Amino acid sequence: MNLLSVLGVLSSAIFSGTSLLYTTLGEVIDERAGIVNLGLEGVLLVSASSGFAVTVVSDNPYLGMLAATLTGGLMNMILGYLAVHRQANQLASGLALMFFGFGLSALIGKPYVGAKINGLPRIPLPGLSDLPRLYTSLFSFDLLIYLAIPAVILVWWLLFRTRWGLGLRAVGENADTAFASGRDPRLIRYQALFVGGLLAGLGAAHLSIAYTMNWTEYMTAGRGFIAVALVIFSKWHPVRAIAGALLFSGAVAFQLLLQSSGVQISPFLLDTIPYFLTLLVLIAWGGTRKHSAPASLGRVYHGSE
Amino acid sequence: MLQIADTLTRSVFFRHKIWNIVARYLLMISLAFILFGLILLISGKDPIQSYKDIFTSTLGSAYGFSEVIVAMIPMLITALAVALPSRVGLINVGGEGQLYIGAAFATWGALTFQNLSPWILLPLMVLLGMIGGALWAFIPGYLKAIGLVNETITTLLLNSVAPKIVGFLIFGFWHSPMDTVKTANFVPAARLPTFFGTRIHLGFVFALFLLLLFWFVMKYTRWGLEMRSIGGNPQAARCNGIPLKTYLITIMCIGGAVAGLAGMAQVSGFYGVLLLNFSMGLGFMGFLICWLAGGEPIGILLMSFVVSIITTGGNLLQLTRDLPYAVINILLAFTLFVVLARPTFSKGKKV
Repeated sequence: MNLLSVLGVLSSAIFSGTSLLYTTLGEVIDERAGIVNLGLEGVLLVSASSGFAVTVVSDNPYLGMLAATLTGGLMNMILGYLAVHRQANQLASGLALMFFGFGLSALIGKPYVGAKINGLPRIPLPGLSDLPRLYTSLFSFDLLIYLAIPAVILVWWLLFRTRWGLGLRAVGENADTAFASGRDPRLIRYQALFVGGLLAGLGAAHLSIAYTMNWTEYMTAGRGFIAVALVIFSKWHPVRAIAGALLFSGAVAFQLLLQSSGVQISPFLLDTIPYFLTLLVLIAWGGTRKHSAPASLGRVYHGSE
Repeated sequence: MLQIADTLTRSVFFRHKIWNIVARYLLMISLAFILFGLILLISGKDPIQSYKDIFTSTLGSAYGFSEVIVAMIPMLITALAVALPSRVGLINVGGEGQLYIGAAFATWGALTFQNLSPWILLPLMVLLGMIGGALWAFIPGYLKAIGLVNETITTLLLNSVAPKIVGFLIFGFWHSPMDTVKTANFVPAARLPTFFGTRIHLGFVFALFLLLLFWFVMKYTRWGLEMRSIGGNPQAARCNGIPLKTYLITIMCIGGAVAGLAGMAQVSGFYGVLLLNFSMGLGFMGFLICWLAGGEPIGILLMSFVVSIITTGGNLLQLTRDLPYAVINILLAFTLFVVLARPTFSKGKKV
């Protein structure tokens, strides 16, 4: 094993982890406002398929990215209507949204199965141009990867340094109190879902337009649920979401490394490690109040008349 | 006098309300069908013909009807696996994972004891499946009972782990010489018997029996009363001497055992082989059905019947209309959406 293969593994880990990071950030915002979005899998699928379709038709990956992002926001509005407006159970509404996503994405993506696209353009890192060509090609990323860390900082700033974020977190902790202090819990939950959907859409866009650059039915393969797990792992904090995404893509990288060095461990078992780690983290922090979930996570706000 | 008048107006009001509900439901379901019809129309298919296909293929023939029953079996059982824990206030989203582990345990039995007679082997597989599901549910149940982690979160996490463990077992040990994504076909002794030359298997009897048992236990036994009181107010229940922790863990494990039985019924009755990712969301479907039915046995029966008609009809849509099978999920989701969005009559009842 040489330096090149290690770097290659690192680079592929970054590529596979980016979509997870965006999706997790979106879910952090949703859950901070008190909404569990179990339909994330469906949201991702529809966003990925529509983004891919737009890219094929317009031959412009940035337009596809935009389409995927907006689709994510709109898909979350369905959940908003059910869980916020109609006061339906969040888990059930989310699962219904997931099944909707399975169907709609299959329909949208069907004409584009096997289509070829120009993915998001790779932009080489500045200052690395004098390295050998092999290395620069490994470390030229697309726009979304470069924007990942700024996005984390933006979400952190939104949640913890703006009045809007304060209101959002208040709604997630106790909607009635937030209402009493002059905020509209329903409106805030809608806004949180929309922003969260936009971020999930970005993640989906990275998946279909930049990473795999094709469309296959059910291509997300559980990424939505991984993101939900990662939100818990990162204890509802955007900055720790980076660690969560690294954990999962690190597992992928580790797998590739082991394969390239000839060690035989079932990839299935390696895949389970992040989940068990999350479980352990939960158990370790379970007793403490300080880092627990938003207090009214999953609760329906019935209005305060 | 006043009382009579009051009852009278109330019953009139009630009848009025029932008609209102029925009318609304019909309207909403037809709304779902119209919406899906529009989608079919946009994608260039004939919606009326498609609907005709769906209904004639499922309700139009004895065979079609039997296929609907076959599709109902796992949904009934997994819905029950959610309904029972929900009575003590536990939210079991982990039916999917428990189903996989149950199926894996049952498969181990089927592959190891191939030479036993079916009279011994099948009960053994049922037992193994239930043990598997119960073990998988014990983790969240225990963590919840000692107040460490919320069961919703743990069951969700374990859902993602279970299929990977099944994958590990299939790839590593059990796969047939021909094919790496499934085990060898089960011997006939390890297959649940089927009825009347259709694919309806003994699992249907299990499902109906369990639903009946559930209804009976909840309504007529001390356990049912105690469980309802835990669901209503855990603190009060504990003060009245009901062993709260024991109940939480036991009920969660029984729920898991039921879901494990669904897994066993799928591999032994339906497929006759353990496939990679065979469930495709059956456990989640059970959660949805249970929730839409309000956890009542009759409601579970009706809801899974409706859902089964849609999913079974979808098979035909794929064959004759050249649409991906997954597209039927849109009709399913529209139906779920309109039921979820139904007007709330009693505020505060929903969790």
